[in-house]
Amino acid sequence: MEDMEHNKAPSVIDRYYTRWYKTDIKGKDCEDQCVLQHSNRICVITLAESHPILQNGRSIKSINYQISAGCSRLHNRVSGKSKRGGQFLTEFAPLCRITCTDGVEYTIYSCIRGRLLEVNEDILERPELLLGKPSTEGYIAVILPKIEESKTVTNGLLSREEYESVVSKRTKSTQPEPQPEPQPEPEPC
Amino acid sequence: MLPLKEKDRPIVKKLLEAGCCARCVLRFCCLGVQSAYRQSYEDTARELCAFVSDKENNGSQDAAVLEQHKEDPPSKKMKMDAAETDVQSEGDSAVVATVMEEGDAEPADSDVCVVCLGVLQQFCDEISEVVKAKNYQFDTMVLSVSLPAQLSVREVSGYIFIVSQQNVFTRMAVVKALEKVSDEKFLKKFPCPPTRPASKCIAQDVQCLHVSIFVAGRYNKFSRTLPQTPWVIDGERRMESSVEELIAAPLLSSFRAEGFNFSSSGREDVDVRTLGNGRPFALELLNPHRAKFNKAEVRQLQETINQSSDKIRVRDLQIVSRDAMGHMKEGEEDKTKSYTALIWTQKAINKDDITFLEETKELKLAQKTPLRVLHRRPLAVRERVIHTMSTCFLDAHHFHLKLRTQAGTYIKEFVHGDFGRTKPNLCDLLKTETDILELDVESVDVDWPPSIPE
Repeated sequence: MEDMEHNKAPSVIDRYYTRWYKTDIKGKDCEDQCVLQHSNRICVITLAESHPILQNGRSIKSINYQISAGCSRLHNRVSGKSKRGGQFLTEFAPLCRITCTDGVEYTIYSCIRGRLLEVNEDILERPELLLGKPSTEGYIAVILPKIEESKTVTNGLLSREEYESVVSKRTKSTQPEPQPEPQPEPEPC
Repeated sequence: MLPLKEKDRPIVKKLLEAGCCARCVLRFCCLGVQSAYRQSYEDTARELCAFVSDKENNGSQDAAVLEQHKEDPPSKKMKMDAAETDVQSEGDSAVVATVMEEGDAEPADSDVCVVCLGVLQQFCDEISEVVKAKNYQFDTMVLSVSLPAQLSVREVSGYIFIVSQQNVFTRMAVVKALEKVSDEKFLKKFPCPPTRPASKCIAQDVQCLHVSIFVAGRYNKFSRTLPQTPWVIDGERRMESSVEELIAAPLLSSFRAEGFNFSSSGREDVDVRTLGNGRPFALELLNPHRAKFNKAEVRQLQETINQSSDKIRVRDLQIVSRDAMGHMKEGEEDKTKSYTALIWTQKAINKDDITFLEETKELKLAQKTPLRVLHRRPLAVRERVIHTMSTCFLDAHHFHLKLRTQAGTYIKEFVHGDFGRTKPNLCDLLKTETDILELDVESVDVDWPPSIPE
């Protein structure tokens, strides 16, 4: 019997989350991320399927949540219902840096304003989760926007349709493979 | 919108007249909500003036006073100035100055706050100019302010001013004062025996309150579109009715009660049915005008509830004591629950692929707070146990999974994994993406309330 992929009614993400996208982050070609916004306003930050890390069978050498001398996302602690203590992030706050085996380093950003609740520590031990299941078990972080900003937090982001049209415009204009940058810029905390 | 109350009005008026700035007035009214202080100074001042002048527009003074002090004994009335001047709010600018001029002969030459000396007025403008001029590059900053000591003195002065405005003749105060007064001193001021009064004491308000009656039972929920409690967002009802309203409605009218508190041994999601013997619940009926029902009448009440809707069913309905609530909450923590879930698998499966689940006993899970409730629950990892499982194969991508689990286990998250935050999960066990299409609660294993044979 063939193991065919079985399409069914909407998945967990389809049912409860809205997909938002940020493309070419910080002007870098194809560095696209996806924000999964739950109906309760919690957002899960993931790589978009078009991100260079997920192309061409690449492997990950390391993932680093230490984004500056004084700041590690692994040290993030929240307590209580109001999640006190979580690091407050703005759109371009770095979440982590991912280095591929070919030496290229990518910075993954928050994309939205909000309190950092958790980062995915499983991908530190099992980076293959990030490659194989970037939208689920390979998520990067969970962020809680302020309640007064819950409707406006996605204002700078693209909808699924807008994202798809950006991506299809790229493949139309014979885009060369993303070139490894010779020197990634150091990001402020 | 400032969340000020009726009782704040006299305080606000007096403070504004005394030269207190808008934000200090809010502090004296014990307003703790940050957003009130974030709005611009002008907006705050304008709202306060509107608040004070609003009172003059609302009917008679006496009515207002009585309404605000329904719960307080009459002696706690706020002392009102006999000669009150109207406070007009004249347009946007110079609002504070206008109020100042209406008051006593206070020099109105400055609108600097008498309590904070302007620190809470437009202070930040100066500071931000200096910061901008210094031209630093920064993403975040910390602002610390050292306040002059005289601010503490002024705050106490303002506080004592407010307190002295209120009526000091509370019952407690009078009793305490009398203890200190010697008999001779008392005789000097007050005739003994006391004089004959002109009229008798009249009751201003008589209120009656019956103790609450507790009604318990177990409920079934047959609908997948019925929440347990009313689902209201921003004042709008998002889903029709609820379990608690369907149960409470006939009871509220039969017991002629004014309100109710519903609680149950755990609860299920909107889209989950509760089958089997149902879930224990207890309903506190507030201020019931009727309290005695015999067994036959209670059975009739149960029938009425069951006839009113096919979405729920109630059994074992009975009147219980207040301790009832305790029994029920006990069950929530330690007792087990059993479920049936309809599972979808991405990979095609056959009967043999799932039989191992039947052998899996006492499976320990580590569940991080599910994302779907994380906005209102603390982030934590909970260890839970799935005691037993059994399966019923349906087709290559579907099967029924029956589980008996520890109380507090999130079943949906065990099935789909919640981004891998519940481990192990069914996807791990079956080595395929799985999802839950339907969930039913089969039993809530709490042996309370006692069952009533039908």
